[in-house]
Amino acid sequence: MAKHWWKALAVLLLLYTIIAGFLVKIPVIENNEQSTRNLFFHVPMWISMYTLFTISVINSIRYLGKYDLKKDILASCSANVGVLFGVMGFITGSVWATYTWGGTLTSDPKQISTAVALLIYLAYLVLRMSVTDIDKRARVSAIYNIFAFALLIPLTYIIPRMVDSLHPGSATSPGFRGRDTSGTLMMVFYPAFTGWTLLGVWIYTLLVRYKRLELKNIFK
Amino acid sequence: MINRASYFFLTLALLLPSLLAQAQQQNTETGPVNELLRSNGKIYVVVTVLTIIFICIVLYLVRLDRKISKLEHQQQSKP
Repeated sequence: MAKHWWKALAVLLLLYTIIAGFLVKIPVIENNEQSTRNLFFHVPMWISMYTLFTISVINSIRYLGKYDLKKDILASCSANVGVLFGVMGFITGSVWATYTWGGTLTSDPKQISTAVALLIYLAYLVLRMSVTDIDKRARVSAIYNIFAFALLIPLTYIIPRMVDSLHPGSATSPGFRGRDTSGTLMMVFYPAFTGWTLLGVWIYTLLVRYKRLELKNIFK
Repeated sequence: MINRASYFFLTLALLLPSLLAQAQQQNTETGPVNELLRSNGKIYVVVTVLTIIFICIVLYLVRLDRKISKLEHQQQSKP
């Protein structure tokens, strides 16, 4: 039981997020109106994705050190769940953009560079499927993963903050932290991103357990 | 498994330009769905977002469930 406390914590934090996320008083910022509450649902998707991709690249590097296939499983599973969270973040962002920017897929730099970063990671999953030899697959995809991570950070974090973008938190439009005078946004935001990240890690451990069983079957 | 995935990516690649071209048109239309989502200070945008997240996670879990059933089936037939 002691090993599972963080799963209960994830559920409790998410319950708090969903209830408080709709009830808490938020500052009304321009035409965002109440959709500012997406801060508790859309933004944690990306934080969860970064966490999972970081786990992935660390395990790829560890794999290249000792050529241990278990590390390759960790790397591939976390990238897989990371893509799930990235896709969810992208779709929810597009829905929000439809009603605040006036277009679902716009030519906004943040949206384009994020789509490119997600496609790079989708290519990682396709690359894994296309190599049938287990050892070769692990080596090639581990090296590709390091390059993918090296592109992820500038594409989704640095470039959108340097250029003019409609997205809050870029060079021209300020983030929400400065407008949050009563501190209620951050009161829900921190539990929200912890909860969603823990949920992502939970799904990732399930996938790892499945892949380990599968690998054991192969070596039998 | 490989075939299904490659079909999926091929369709996606073929559809992407037309999807992008369609989406480039500005969304300022007034359908019943658009009006609902803009009502009450756009709160239904947040509801839609939460629903999308829930559906995606459930679909992913169903996929994982199927994979595990397949593995169980293989193990039962082997020994």
